[in-house]
Amino acid sequence: MVKKNYIRPLDLNNGRVDMNHGAGGRASKQLIDEIFAKAFDNEYLRQGDDGARLPALPAGSEWVMSTDGHVVQPLFFPGSDIGKLAVHGTINDVAMMGATPLYLTCSFIIEEGLALSTLKTIVESMGQAARDAGVSIVSGDTKVVEQGKGDGVFISTTGVGIASTKHTISGTNARIGDVVLLSGSIADHGVAVLAQRESLQFDSQIESDSAALHTLTAALLDALPAGTLKTLRDPTRGGLATTLNEIAVQSQVGIELMESSIPLKPQTEAACELLGLDPLYIANEGKLIAIVSPEYAQTALSTLRAHPLGEMASIIGTVVADEHCFVQMQTRLGGRRVVDWLTGEPLPRIC
Amino acid sequence: MKYIDEYRDPAAAKAISARIHAEVDPAREYKLMEFCGGHTHAIARYGVTELLPPNVKMIHGPGCPVCVLPIGRIDQAIELALKHNVILCTYGDTMRVPASDGLSLIKAKARGADVRMVYSASDALQLARDNPEREVVFFAIGFETTTPPTAMVAQAALREGISNFSILCCHVLTPPAIAYILDSAPKGEAVTLEGFVGPAHVSIIIGSDAYAPFAKNYQKPVVIAGFEPLDVLQAILMLVRQVNEGRHEVENEFIRAVNPTGNAAAIDAMADVFELRETFEWRGLGEMPKSALRLNKKYRALDAELKFSPNYQSVPDHKQCECAAILRGVKTPIDCKLFGNVCTPESPTGACMVSSEGACAAHYSYGRFRDIAIAKG
Repeated sequence: MVKKNYIRPLDLNNGRVDMNHGAGGRASKQLIDEIFAKAFDNEYLRQGDDGARLPALPAGSEWVMSTDGHVVQPLFFPGSDIGKLAVHGTINDVAMMGATPLYLTCSFIIEEGLALSTLKTIVESMGQAARDAGVSIVSGDTKVVEQGKGDGVFISTTGVGIASTKHTISGTNARIGDVVLLSGSIADHGVAVLAQRESLQFDSQIESDSAALHTLTAALLDALPAGTLKTLRDPTRGGLATTLNEIAVQSQVGIELMESSIPLKPQTEAACELLGLDPLYIANEGKLIAIVSPEYAQTALSTLRAHPLGEMASIIGTVVADEHCFVQMQTRLGGRRVVDWLTGEPLPRIC
Repeated sequence: MKYIDEYRDPAAAKAISARIHAEVDPAREYKLMEFCGGHTHAIARYGVTELLPPNVKMIHGPGCPVCVLPIGRIDQAIELALKHNVILCTYGDTMRVPASDGLSLIKAKARGADVRMVYSASDALQLARDNPEREVVFFAIGFETTTPPTAMVAQAALREGISNFSILCCHVLTPPAIAYILDSAPKGEAVTLEGFVGPAHVSIIIGSDAYAPFAKNYQKPVVIAGFEPLDVLQAILMLVRQVNEGRHEVENEFIRAVNPTGNAAAIDAMADVFELRETFEWRGLGEMPKSALRLNKKYRALDAELKFSPNYQSVPDHKQCECAAILRGVKTPIDCKLFGNVCTPESPTGACMVSSEGACAAHYSYGRFRDIAIAKG
């Protein structure tokens, strides 16, 4: 009797990743076939080659490429997981260049001992996120490191997209008088992850905002004439404060914010208050900053608000002349302060 | 947020600000010290300075527990973690205070030390219960606010007979530090401070009566204030009135939380567990007599200093560091040669730059735009 595969399937209930899965032999191939290829399935992966041969670039467009590593702990948290995050993070980096993301590659560094069921859940979540976003994961790699040398799993993704040559989006394009918009509430991702850390025992209903933003950026690119959409940036690590400082330095301008117009959910604000954290410095994974010419600020605002990912969008400030490239803020109280770069890691204050 | 937004109300802030403007004497300068880092933080974060007349100057005091922690104590904590292999637990912003040899607790962690950030002293004791095969040390820092929780954890550890838990006690006291600032001015230096915004959380524990000697002996008004921006503004108004009327009393703006005698249960717990140290080094201020606590005889077994005998070596501040003068209100951060070029939040040299609540760090992070005139776009 001829058996179908002459292979014993992976034990997805009780099995764990071991060093054999990273050795490049039959076990490696089995891991890739039964977990990765199944979840990511597309025409490029089906070829089984070492890389993907991609179609020609359409006329009037340029390649955009970006890469991002993901090392979050815990691996699962309210609203998202490391797999989704790895897809959304890189899609967003490509989208913030004004491009349509098309292809991803991924590299998994897996710690020996990770449950196969956990790996499968993460990979399936990643496949789903990619399908939802209309992006194909066309190539990948897995390595296994000894126990204690990884934190469950690290995922790096690289994304390729195409951008029309009509718009040039860059952090260097902000000009005096331009208007700064934010697509929604800040600090939800960082607080959702923090609240899950074991030592906190913090019962929160705050969900990560992890989302692919390329349809939101596409709406802005469609609605605004070439040259009026200057900068797109997703305020991830370091939060809104750090990202605005990056843009201010890139464009050699200052930025003036109105604290009262920065969207912040009450539960997130309360958690930050309790933990002694400043929401301006907490990570987001599904928000964008757009800097636009003043005459198109209202168009940009209504475009953002018309999209499900931008319902809470707001005009939060303006670009001003400042040779020191400070980001400053009118506080809700009526005072003023500098909104500086993040120093070190955001740590809770003691008293 | 209910019961918080009320204390951050812009209209009320404007009204108090207008009163302060109306009542200050333009011919004189009001140098007021907020002792606590919590007030420094509130002033900086909400931009309170902007609402004050130019002749009302807020001097940021030494009440930032992380800032005044001497390098030698952090060296001890690092030694416990690296040499004695203990699980060392401490509060968040203690982690990045620079120590000797370019280390800090965060950097020691990168070299293999088992350093854990905890949100409360009881988390540290729980770690000891969960890891009976490991020694767990709680690096206890802070003023009277964080001292009672340490006391209660010590009581629980003794009661339960937990033998793998100990405390590296660096708790310090507020009243001696205020006295020191008033006493320490070199001869000939004009005493410039006109009054104090008194601590919020510390006063909940020790009560408002604790400040009576300052009002009486040093003839300085003290107004105890909460940590919300309206609390601070109201306290400043009350101080301006006292100065104008030549009064020097202890007044309490924070009546929703502070009473004259403090929290009896907390005071009892502290008295049960701790005793006064003869002297203790404060970063930026030096050795200060009877200004800190250690575990008393009854709790000796929990004293990490006795259990592990870590080496204590005082490390002097940089010669050009002006922290001491800044803390007395004689100099401002920008008078210091090191400020902003040698001494920055990323690589602090002096005590006042160490935590965001320190005078120099607060000015660097929130107020340095005032040093430079900015053209408006």
